[in-house]
Amino acid sequence: MLSEKDRIFTNLFGEQPSNLKACLKRGDWDKTKDLLKRGKKKIIDEITKSQLRGRGGAGFLTGKKWSFVPKREGNKPHYLVINADESEPGTCKDREILRNEPHKLIEGALIAAFAIEAEVAYVYIRGEFVAEADKLEVAVKEAYDAGLLGKNAAGSGWKLDLYVHRGAGAYICGEESALLESIEGRKGMPRLKPPYPAYVGLFGAPTVVNNVETIAVVPSIMRRGASWFAKIGRAMNTGPKLFSISGHVNAPCNVEERMGIPLRELIEKHAGGVRGGWSNLAAVIPGGGSVPLIPGHLCEDAPMDFDGLEALGTSLGSAAVIVIDKSADIVEAITRLSHFYMHESCGQCTPCREGTGWMWRILKHIQKGDAKKEDIELLFDISQNIKSHTICALGDAAALPVQGLIKHFRGQMEKKLQPKDVVFKTQTPFVKEDAL
Amino acid sequence: MTEKIQCTIDGKALTVEPGTTILQATQLLGIEVPLFCYHPRLSIAGNCRMCLVEVEGKSSPVASCATPVTDGAAIKTTTQFVRDSRQGALEFLLLHHPLDCPICDQGGECDLQDITMSYGCDATRYKFAKRAVPQKEFGPLIKTEMNRCIHCTRCVRFATEVAGEPHLGAVNRGEKTEIVSLLGRPFASELSGNVIDLCPVGALTSRPYAFKGRPWELTKVETIDVMDAVGSHIRVDAKGLEVMRILPRVFEPINEEWISDKTRFACDGLKKSRLDRAYVKNSEGVLKEATFEAVLKVVADKLKACQSFEIAGLVGDMVDTESMFVFKQLMSKLNVPHVDCRQDGVTQSLKPRCSYIMNTPIAALEEVDFALFVGTNPRIEAPLINARLRKAYAHGNLEVGILGPSVDLSYPATYYGDDPALLEAIHSGKHPAAKKLEAAKKPILIIGQAALRRKDSGRLLALCHQIADKYGLLRKDWCGFNVLQLAASRVGGLDLGLVPSKGGKSTEDILNAASLGTLKAVYLLGADEIDTSCLKDTFVIYQGHHGDQGAAVADVILPAAAYTEKDGLYVNAEGRPQYAHRACPAPGDAIEDWKILAHILRQIDADAAFNTLHDVREALFKAYPHLAKVGSLVKKPFEPFLDQITMTDKFSDGPLKPAIENFYQTNVISRYSETMAQCAKTFFKKNESTL
Repeated sequence: MLSEKDRIFTNLFGEQPSNLKACLKRGDWDKTKDLLKRGKKKIIDEITKSQLRGRGGAGFLTGKKWSFVPKREGNKPHYLVINADESEPGTCKDREILRNEPHKLIEGALIAAFAIEAEVAYVYIRGEFVAEADKLEVAVKEAYDAGLLGKNAAGSGWKLDLYVHRGAGAYICGEESALLESIEGRKGMPRLKPPYPAYVGLFGAPTVVNNVETIAVVPSIMRRGASWFAKIGRAMNTGPKLFSISGHVNAPCNVEERMGIPLRELIEKHAGGVRGGWSNLAAVIPGGGSVPLIPGHLCEDAPMDFDGLEALGTSLGSAAVIVIDKSADIVEAITRLSHFYMHESCGQCTPCREGTGWMWRILKHIQKGDAKKEDIELLFDISQNIKSHTICALGDAAALPVQGLIKHFRGQMEKKLQPKDVVFKTQTPFVKEDAL
Repeated sequence: MTEKIQCTIDGKALTVEPGTTILQATQLLGIEVPLFCYHPRLSIAGNCRMCLVEVEGKSSPVASCATPVTDGAAIKTTTQFVRDSRQGALEFLLLHHPLDCPICDQGGECDLQDITMSYGCDATRYKFAKRAVPQKEFGPLIKTEMNRCIHCTRCVRFATEVAGEPHLGAVNRGEKTEIVSLLGRPFASELSGNVIDLCPVGALTSRPYAFKGRPWELTKVETIDVMDAVGSHIRVDAKGLEVMRILPRVFEPINEEWISDKTRFACDGLKKSRLDRAYVKNSEGVLKEATFEAVLKVVADKLKACQSFEIAGLVGDMVDTESMFVFKQLMSKLNVPHVDCRQDGVTQSLKPRCSYIMNTPIAALEEVDFALFVGTNPRIEAPLINARLRKAYAHGNLEVGILGPSVDLSYPATYYGDDPALLEAIHSGKHPAAKKLEAAKKPILIIGQAALRRKDSGRLLALCHQIADKYGLLRKDWCGFNVLQLAASRVGGLDLGLVPSKGGKSTEDILNAASLGTLKAVYLLGADEIDTSCLKDTFVIYQGHHGDQGAAVADVILPAAAYTEKDGLYVNAEGRPQYAHRACPAPGDAIEDWKILAHILRQIDADAAFNTLHDVREALFKAYPHLAKVGSLVKKPFEPFLDQITMTDKFSDGPLKPAIENFYQTNVISRYSETMAQCAKTFFKKNESTL
């Protein structure tokens, strides 16, 4: 268990105010000037040494990402973009940071922007986070008024302007390149990669896109040192991490824990255990809606970190633990998720546009008892054709939960199939998605 | 120069430039990769996912159109993995695509059909009802059937990038995505028809051609367009005696692979109001049908009976060079001085070729960094020249200044005003345009017919010449002085010198003289864009293909073939001679213009016999050797012609006016085209500078 002194987000639960005064008391903005004095190379080295991996879902090494940004050429600016479009089903960690620890984010933004030589940073905040955006805007104003942003930010000599950009509530805008399109004023559709944003990003300039949590832990790493951060967890899976535990637990919560904590320990220590006891556990989606679920029997010692969950055929994602107990209809649960991905597909590339709807309809069919055994094969085949065939990762996000369902709960699906003697209805009407 | 990179495709080694996409590399080796969204002239969308290939070491297939080749990559395009991936993508594309090929106009030339033959399954696995998409209204030219759309966004990218009218777009998300036009309005662009060719399926098809024919029933003839002076390369698809449709041909130096809507859709005017019999006025002054022989005799007798100075000849906008050559022979045999091929009233008769052509080749317009338009709106006068200039704006750093009516060119331009006196300010260096011209590396000046038709055209032309001289437009390596012609026959006519000879009258004077009664016979060779009320009391010989203004005042009508019905040579605005070819027979008794003229010529002078088109061409090329280099552009150094210009002292004709008001109806064919009439009704608003 993470010791109290190792916690980064000491006001995660909002017990204290989130204003600048309270944040200063908690240690934010403490000698930020000195941190920046170390120079950008040292900062990137420190972050690389800490083995901090992106907290948004993909788990890319943050230090490495920063080091990709090319040398500043001519008058082309660099940009730092902070992804606060937290829409992954089950995830609500960034929300708490924005609400209760906004100055950790702003200070992190200054350090990160300095390291990548950006003079402008954007926080792209989810449209539904109205109160959070308001709060962040207040915090940004406080920072400007206190001289922590703007010209000569925090007395460092570096200029940083930070803009809060509100999204319009599309899940796809959490994808980094779609997010950039959205900031530029276009429809949020992922861009083709390469070129990667580190070379051609916002307004065609080199851009680093980081998750809120990633940026918010940067000041603590700089203050306490990379070795402190790297000591928590295991190699390449280091540091404290925010987990959002929801679903069939007795006390759903956000909690900061060490990386690699066993799943059972996490649920029982912080979320009051599974509803009806551990034996009532059916499955856990360990990293937000877009990762495959793992059945209960694998959850016992599942280490909650990037490599540990990958070994189990799933991934840490955004560390949003969705617990499903045996009272739930697991097929229905995944059908609902599948509907979400159909609804949120941007419609740009073919497999995701057409495939997500098809998958949902088949799941709905299975759910209603109209399907045959070969429909499960078909469903798997479709998910295979979507996975990795798309421009962005939404295709994978839609396909993987379905594949997890088929892999681990095929029996449950088969129980729902229609009896053999019933004639298959070939033409059912086009089901509108609203009819769910 | 960075180093080249190595890769192998299907085991074949290949060296390519860095930045080459996998798709381009496969095309270098002639390996076919199925495509929907990719188009070489549009930006890369990478959304159809049909062009997937396998790259060794990667677990997932990659979209070849959007992925650059990396050094040492081993690319495979024929493995089972690739086949399965493409089959998967195609299955998704066909998921909601209606199986209405039998009633789809794209049938037979449909990318989706073709690729389904190689990658499709025999039956769908989709057991639900297909998606229905509300119909869209794209205007009188484009028929939509949005159920068939596969969302490749080629049309959207064309509208935004090439046409410069970002009026198409995709709305909604996911499977509800729909391609729409802005606010449901018709898609207004002079290049809109090109989206029909671009659409890889039958979602956007030609409305005038709807349900008219199948591609395999059509005879396809490659020829040249005459709707404007650009000389776009086209393919005429005919069924029997009828021209069914006109499509562009790829020709990089002129039209790339686009054509204007007038070129594409005016062909239905070829079926209306055609002259198919010879007519002659009887003693009561009523036109009566007659045999060709009889009418030719009437014409020859009349011409023989008149004094040479009592005859005048006017040549129209769509006459081929051979016919103009024979016409010139005829007129010089009769010693007629009053001959003019410029029915629009241009009077400057300058010898050097550089005084009436585009001296900058169309393809070179892509490099231009500053353009000054004097009394021209290339967007409606020559849409494909405008498309090139837009390309220079989009991919280069073109800036444009307009002297003339304020117009929307589909790219930004600085409007200087319509006062021709501004040319003096530019020449003296006081005007901001002077600085731009000075700073530009490859500047051009385009002077349009609106400027040359003026009474003070000499002064304008001289000032343009001086500006070109002063600001380095006439360098050895770069010639930026251009005259933009509007008529397909004009450069050819001027090459032949079909202008008044000494003591001869130009168009305006001929018409004045005719109304005063000093002319006894006027020969109109396809000339209709004149004030025919002046010709009421004169004996008018009209030779042409449409019963329009010229035929209305004619005493004798000689029916001729239109441009799709004859072989001919046309010289385009940049001075490139090009052959047009016959796609279908002329209606009724109508025959080629040169034949009619050769018959008359023979009756006047039995020695001057042209029996075949080959004879005409032989004589033509002998007299004008530069026309013999068909298809190519003869580069000649700029010959200054300042001293030849007839000058006026001051600007006497008010502000500059547009040369063409209504893009859709500029000649007899487009005036009789129902489609063009609908377009004019939908898109053309008088006194508005756009279409």
